[in-house]
Order: sequence, then structure tokens, then C-alpha cells
Amino acid sequence: MKEKLVLVGNGMAGVRTLEELLKISPDMYDITVFGDEPHGNYNRILLSPVLAGEKKIDGIMLNEEQWYEENGIKLHTGKAVVKIDRRNRAVIAEDGTTENYDRLLLATGSNSIILPLPGNDLHGVVTFRNIRDVQTMLEISEPHKQALIIGGGLLGLEAAYALKQQGMYVTVVHLMDSLMERQLDSEAAAMLKQTLEKRGIQFLMETSTEAFLGEEKVRGVRFKGGLEIATDMVVMAVGIRPNTDLAKAANIYCERGIVVSDTMQTYDGRIYSVGECVQHKGQVYGLVAPLFEQAKVCANQLAQLGHAFYQGSTTFSKLKVTGVELFSTGDFIGDETTEEIVMKDLSKGVYKKIVLKENRIHGVVMFGDTVDGAWYYQLLRDQTDISHMRDQLLHGQAHLGDSGHGGAKSVAEMSDDMEVCGCNGVCKKDVVDAITSKGLFTLDDVRSHTKASSSCGSCTGLVEQILTFTLGGDYSEAPKVKPLCKCTDYTHNEIRQTIKSQRLISIRAVMDYLEYRTPDGCHVCRPAINYYLIAAWPDVAEDDPQSRFINERVHANIQKDGTYSVIPRIWGGLVTPKELRAIADAADKFQVSTVKITGGQRISLLGLKKNELPEVWSDLNQAGMISGYAYGKSLRTVKTCVGKEWCRFGTQDSTSMGVKLEKLTCGSWMPHKFKMAVSGCPRNCAEATIKDFGVVAVESGWELHIGGNAGVKIRATDLLCKVDTDEEVIEYCCAFIQLYREDAHYLERTAPWIERVGFSSVKQKIVEDANNRKALFDRFTESQKRAQEDPWAKHTGKDSQREFVTVERSSVHD
Amino acid sequence: MTDWIEVCDLEDIPQLGARVVRIDNDDIAVFRTSQDEVFALRDRCPHKEGPLSQGIVHGNRVTCPLHNLVMDLTSGEAVAPDEGCAAVYPVKVEAGCVSIAFTPSTPCGA
Ligand code: SRM
Ligand SMILES: Cc1cc2nc3c(=O)[nH]c(=O)nc-3n(C[C@H](O)[C@H](O)[C@H](O)COP(=O)(O)OP(=O)(O)OC[C@H]3O[C@@H](n4cnc5c(N)ncnc54)[C@H](O)[C@@H]3O)c2cc1C
Ligand code: SF4
Ligand code: FES
Repeated sequence: MKEKLVLVGNGMAGVRTLEELLKISPDMYDITVFGDEPHGNYNRILLSPVLAGEKKIDGIMLNEEQWYEENGIKLHTGKAVVKIDRRNRAVIAEDGTTENYDRLLLATGSNSIILPLPGNDLHGVVTFRNIRDVQTMLEISEPHKQALIIGGGLLGLEAAYALKQQGMYVTVVHLMDSLMERQLDSEAAAMLKQTLEKRGIQFLMETSTEAFLGEEKVRGVRFKGGLEIATDMVVMAVGIRPNTDLAKAANIYCERGIVVSDTMQTYDGRIYSVGECVQHKGQVYGLVAPLFEQAKVCANQLAQLGHAFYQGSTTFSKLKVTGVELFSTGDFIGDETTEEIVMKDLSKGVYKKIVLKENRIHGVVMFGDTVDGAWYYQLLRDQTDISHMRDQLLHGQAHLGDSGHGGAKSVAEMSDDMEVCGCNGVCKKDVVDAITSKGLFTLDDVRSHTKASSSCGSCTGLVEQILTFTLGGDYSEAPKVKPLCKCTDYTHNEIRQTIKSQRLISIRAVMDYLEYRTPDGCHVCRPAINYYLIAAWPDVAEDDPQSRFINERVHANIQKDGTYSVIPRIWGGLVTPKELRAIADAADKFQVSTVKITGGQRISLLGLKKNELPEVWSDLNQAGMISGYAYGKSLRTVKTCVGKEWCRFGTQDSTSMGVKLEKLTCGSWMPHKFKMAVSGCPRNCAEATIKDFGVVAVESGWELHIGGNAGVKIRATDLLCKVDTDEEVIEYCCAFIQLYREDAHYLERTAPWIERVGFSSVKQKIVEDANNRKALFDRFTESQKRAQEDPWAKHTGKDSQREFVTVERSSVHD
Repeated sequence: MTDWIEVCDLEDIPQLGARVVRIDNDDIAVFRTSQDEVFALRDRCPHKEGPLSQGIVHGNRVTCPLHNLVMDLTSGEAVAPDEGCAAVYPVKVEAGCVSIAFTPSTPCGA
């Protein structure tokens, strides 16, 4: 018989836990849900737009009663649970309904704080928490009537804005001298107040309330000091308190909230808890993103997988008032151990402050332009070392040269038909429609339904903004640690470490050891694991061609029509007439329709059929040419300039250096493609400072630059160091490649990798620690022993040709 | 009555891979899973006609090599949230020899 799971609290966190549970273990429990509100589950965040008249109640339902039916869940709406009988493992509702449980989930949320003042029970004195509150307010609200909001925090200001939209006169009363003092510093708060005043909302600061006046209905409010104001409605938005009543009555240990462990279990191991009612490591949360993280962990534990643990969340705040952009996260006030970078432009209404501690972002507060909020938040959570980009930090991410979405910065300014994703041709309206009609919540959802942000990723920030804009709150709960893909809960790092520590040498062994959810993984994880194995065990791990993307499997680039392009290696951009002739001969022989000089100083033959590939390779091989790996997650091109040999400014022989580097490092498999360049002087004609590894010759030696990237997101290199001799260039280059090979995630180029781990840590491991550099160099040389075989030569043999050939058959019997 | 056409030996198809069989100018992708099950789909992705035969095979699915749409080999349908389908052809494996019927069991478009 199935175990019984009972959920008390039909709100956002509880039901999210059920959804997560149904995803991973749909048949494990008989599920019963109690909710004291008389509806299915709805999106509480969107009560603000409902109050403002921008949305209807129907439009904010998440799961209607039908959903519960479809999933075999028994739902009791409108019934408050009043007792937990732990001995008999039962919950009892106010009308006597009793349900037994094997496991119980408490997700009772919070209650709004009601000021203990005379008259707080008058009609027209309301809180702002649920659908009933909103309905009450909408009944009373009428244009030109007066509303008083007590509390200038997030909720109070959203209520103020909403009621203003309904045409009321609105005054916000705040106890402190600064609005939203927990989310904003005084500068940002002052700008916010000014903006809201311009929209006709009035403020009474540093004012405390003494009594609500009236007989049956509220007529006015009296403040300390005697001031009285007439009003038709009072909204109390002075805070929330975790709802622990039920748990406390059952003697489950509570402090401010119901205390839970990292597995979301209370002190009674059969009873779990998630949501605003929970206290974890001393923290209670009042935003959905952390609650959704808790839900995921709790579901994992309920499904008895037992490998997810909640580690607390960092959160950020935004205000859902159309046209008011504000954002804050972390500790944005700082202290004597922190520094701050500040930008303030009053005429544009923009203010940004970033608090730094030991070169890492410690907190951020912004007003007016918040497009980079998600980026700063990411840098903060990852504790990225920002020393190398400190100068550009305030200007934001887009400043660094993204391509593909016309430079749009603000969603509000975008028209419906403006293109958001330049790769997949997705317009703003497509994204908005998918979010609203398909009920999407996360960036991943939007990616898979619309394809926006699923290719080159440069529009991710914009898509996140559209999500926020469309939904109200922010749902892009990018968990702190991202699993490699949907087949597993393990991260890139965990998988790599396991491969090492458990000496796993095949993909099958890795999947078995990690108890994979899918039979053979998928197109995301198999190529990654295949690479990690080869990188970890260059001598023993066997490459698995079926876990490689087609390009790497057939050593050519697949084209849109299913034909292939072939690009031979052209060392450092140097060719001989003989090689050119061989290329021309191949082009003639196979009737290649397009021969193109590539952007990487090489020549591409386009439009070859798969079964022609072995023969083309064999022809080019005979002229001494080998595969250029234009398809590979490996060394691509080494761009050079003419250098000292010819150029009047050349200081060193950059061409030979390029050829030398290319010969040494080609063939090595890497996390992503890798490009190099060598320029003969600081005029830098080979564009070395946008390459993964760039070398610039100077009179006294060579400058070494790392982590450059053109493409989707331009990043100029960081200067690693200057060296004197050719041997050093080679040693540093190989050591850098090996560090990248061992440390970066699969499909992470050097630029994002360096931004993630920090330039100083890379420099430390290569420049400062000479022994480590030598060790890296040795490991690289060792792994090259098996890697430097030309794949073209290898595949021209008869047996492996089989796969390239199409089987021809006829439907007519012979 | 079904007309079976012998196409190749099971061993001619790599595990977790595919072979292309051309019958009367129509390309059919014949896949072999890790469990040695064999499936045949029209070799044309519903998205932009990518050659499914060249994709990565996992479980009873294949990922299109051009833009990563995932197809279910048993039904010929794209895996949600993607949409679209490819014709499925009946397959049998007898004594290590793979035959397919040139009449799709689920036709999908044309
Ligand atoms: C052939 C070539 C274009 C050309 O006709 O000139 C080319 C063609 C492709 N590039 Fe490129 N890139 C080519 C030079 C570049 C350059 C310029 C360069 O290398 O100096 C860049 C910017 C520099 C850089 O990478 O930092 C470039 C940035 C990209 C990117 C974006 C990478 C990024 O980090 O943002 C991609 C997408 C990816 O790799 O995920 C890409 C992906 C591609 C792919 C492989 C798309 C794909 O996945 O199928 C194209 C394959 C077409 C084909 O079959 O040949 N290509 N690509 C160039 C080959 C050079 C060579 O000789 O090997
Ligand atoms: C107007 C408004 C705007 C907001 N805006 C944002 C925002 O922009 N971004 C953001 O991240 N967060 C926002 N929040 C906060 C967010 O809505 C909450 O953090 C979230 O809803 C909490 O989820 P929960 O499941 O813990 O509690 P709830 O969603 O409150 O669910 C708890 C449920 O349990 C029920 N319940 C309680 N006790 C019992 C009992 N004994 N028996 C039966 N049922 C019971 C309650 O009635 C309630 O339905 C906003 C909140 C409000 C009110
Ligand atoms: S070659 Fe590069 S830039 Fe040109 S279309 Fe292909 S991926 Fe885009
Ligand atoms: S053609 Fe198959 S995904 Fe685009």
C-alpha cells in the first residue's frame, strides 16, 4: 500500500513541493491537501497587479481543482487544520475532517501583522495577503476616495501604487525616515520617494499610528502627536510573521519559524516543512525564489532520494510598480571592511552602488537602471573575483560587447515585435505569450518552449527581465549549484571529482555509480562525461564516438542541408603552392561548389557528402595536410602576422612562434574550442588580445595574454605576464591549456571560466607557482602523446568507412 | 501483408548510433539503442529537415544534430515542449538481420 502524504497549506511553497515530487516520483504517495482558503492554488505575488486592475483573479490561478483531480490528490479547500495528533499520525480540521499521514508537510505560510491598536477591527481596515483581502479592498475602493497605507515597505508601496491606479487618493504612513529601509539605502530610498510623489502618492514619514477612528466603518486615523486624517480605507502592511500556530500547538520545535534541518525536516522526522513558516539556520524567508529551492530539496527527500540538501539562499528584492526599477541584494550598506563603487546621475534618475569586500561583490543597490541586476546577483552568489573588471563593473555586462539583440536594455521600452533572440528569431511578444498562455515560470521553461536564449545565450538577461516583467515577481530561481543536465542531480564538479576519486573510466561506470535517472544520459551529459574521462585518464579512457556531436564523430562540420565542410590545418596561416594545388584538386574532383577563406586564416571546402569525406581526407593527407579540427572542442586556429621576418615594425618571429605553438597543442581535446594568436608587435595585427591565449611580441620578449573571446560576448584578454624566451612561451601556453582542461566545465570557454574562478587564481597557479606550472606542462605533454594522431588518417581505413556509407535498397523485389 | 526489405545486419549499425538506408530515393534512419532495439524513422527532422540519423542516441530518443530537437524513436513524435513528427517504419530483427517495411506505421505528414 502507498504511504500517505498530507500537506497543510495550499499555498505557493507547499504545492510547488508536490509538483516537484510528482515530477520525480509520481506514484509514491497518496496525497491529501488542506487549504483554508476556498480556492485552488494561486500566485500570491500577482495579487498586486490584481489590486491595480491589471490582472483578473482567474489569471493568477496556478493549479485549479482539476489539476488535483488529474494527479489523484484529495483536496480539502476552505478547511483550516486545527490540530496535529502526532501519536496517531493524524491531522484534524475545524469541521472535524480527519486524515491520517505517514508523512506530513507543513506549509502554512505567514500571517500579516495586525497592529494592536483601538479600532483595528473596523470595516475598511484590511491587510494585504490573500484573495479575500484584495476583494475587500476592491469593493471599498472608488475613485476620489482616500486610502491610507500603513507601512512603506515592499508590500505597502505595491498596495499604494495599485490603489492609486484605481483612482484613489493615497497616503503612505511610515514609521522610519526612509522607505523600504531593509531593501534600500537612503539615497535610493529618497529617489524612490520622489518618483512615487511625482505619481501622486503622498507620504507621512516618521509617523506612528495611535488609533483607527469610526463606528462600524473606518472614517479616519489618529497619529501620535494628535494629527488626525480622514480616510475610507486603511491597509496595514507592517510586516508578516511566520505562521507557526499549528506546529507550536503540536509541540514541534519552533523559534521565529518552524525549525527545520537541511533536509527540510522538523524535529519530528515524519513532519517536513517548507515556505515562509520555516526557519532554517536562523533565517526565515519572505520571497518565493528561496521557497522554491526548499520545495525542490523537500521533494527530493520525500521521494527518498536523499541527496539534495538545503543550504540557505541569498535573495534579492524588486518592486512591482510599473516604470519604477529598483533592485537590491546582499549587504548594500557595508562597514569598515568594505569598499563601495557608486554612480549617481540625478537627471537620468539612475543610482547604482556596489559594495565590495576583498574584490568580491558583497551587496548591490540600484535605482532607475536595473538591467544588470541578474548579473551582479550571479557574481555575488558565485563570489566571483571581480578585480579584473572592476573598472567596467558599474557600466554593466552589455557594455562588454554582446551581439544579437540590437543592444536593447530595457524591456519596458521594447515594442512587441522587437527581436529578443537573434539566433532563433523570437520576438518579445512570443516570449510574453508563451509565459502567459503556457504558465511558464523559469528561464529554463522559456528556453524550452520558445527557444529564446537557448542558443548563444546573449539575450539571457533580457529574457529574465521579460519573465519578471510579465509575471511580476522573479522566478528565475537559478539554483546555486546547477546539475549537469536533467539526467542527474550532480554538478559538473561533482561528476569530475567522482571520476577521479572512484577511478571511473567509462561513461557506463559513471552513470551506474551516480545512479543515473535515464538509461544512457542525453546529448548534454554524454559528451561532457566523455570529455571528463579523456581528460582525467588520457592513457586508459576510451573515446566514445557515439557520445560525440556529429561534427567530432565525422571530423567535419555538418551544414544546414546535411552536407559537410572540410577545413585542413593551415599552420599559422602559412600555405605552400603544393597545398593550395591539392585543395584546388580536391575541390575539382568532388565538385565543391563553394571554396571559402574562413575567418580564421584557413580554407574551407563546403558541401561535401558524408560518404565522400574519407576520400577527401585521403587526398589532402597525401599532400601533407591534416584535419584542422574546425569542428572540435579543441585547438582551432593560431592566427599569426608576418612579424619580424618581413614587417618593418616586427620585434620577434611571430609566424614561427605561431606554427610552433600550433604543432605542439593541436589535437588536444578541451572543454570548448580554443583559439590562439601571435602578433609581432603591439600593433597586434593577429588580434591576440581577443584570443583564449594570445601572444604579443615586444622588443624584450613576449607578452602572454589569456581569456579573450570574440563571438557572442566580446572579452579582451587579461595580461598574464611577460616572458623572455621562446621556451617559456611554450611552457606557459601548455600549462595554461592544461589548467583549463582540468578545471573548466565542458562547453565553458576560457573567458567565462576565468570570470568564474577569478583571474588571480589562474595567475597564481601558472605564474607564481613555478612547480605547479611545470607539473601542468608535464601532464599536458603526457596527454598529447595519444592525442596527436590525425583523425583523418585514422578514419580512412576500410573498416571505419562503413558508417559513412548509405545503404541503398529498392522497394521493388528483385 | 507487409513487404519486408532486408537492409543490413544488426552489427552494421553502431550501438547508440544509426545507419542511413535509402529506399527509392527516400532516406530512412535506422537506429540501434544501447539495449539493441532497432527503430526506423524518416531521416528528416520536423524542425528544419536535419538528418536525424546523425544525432546522438539516448534511451529511445535521438537529438537532432542541427538544433537539438529531441525525437522519440518509438512514436516519431518530438518530445515536449517541442512539436512535430517524423514517419515511423516497422522494423524486425531476425537472426541478426534487420528488415524494415517501406510503409510507415505512423505516416506523419507525408
Ligand atoms: C568557418 C567559420 C566561418 C567562416 O566561414 O569564416 C566559422 C563557422 C562556424 N562557427 Fe565560428 N567560424 C569561424 C570563425 C569564428 C571566429 C573568428 C576567429 O576564429 O578568428 C569567431 C569569433 C572568435 C572567437 O571564437 O572567440 C567565431 C565564433 C563562433 C561562435 C561563438 C563562440 C563564442 O565563444 O561566443 C560559435 C558558437 C559556438 O562555438 O558555440 C561558432 C560556431 C561556428 C559553427 C561551428 C556553427 C556550428 O555550430 O555549426 C560554424 C560552422 C560552419 C561550418 O560548418 O564551417 N563560431 N567563429 C570560421 C572558421 C575558422 C576556422 O578556420 O576554423
Ligand atoms: C501582495 C503580495 C506581493 C508579493 N510579491 C512578491 C514578489 O514580488 N516576489 C516574491 O518573491 N514574493 C512576493 N510575495 C511573497 C510571496 O507571495 C510569499 O513568499 C509566498 O506566497 C509564500 O509561500 P508559502 O507557501 O510559504 O505561503 P502562502 O502562499 O501564504 O501559503 C500558505 C497557505 O497555507 C494556508 N494555511 C495556513 N494555515 C493553515 C491551516 N492551519 N490549515 C489550512 N491551511 C492553512 C494559508 O491560508 C495559505 O493559503 C508577495 C506577497 C504578497 C502578499
Ligand atoms: S558561420 Fe558563424 S556567424 Fe556565420 S552563420 Fe554560422 S555560426 Fe553564425
Ligand atoms: S533541424 Fe532538427 S532541430 Fe533544427
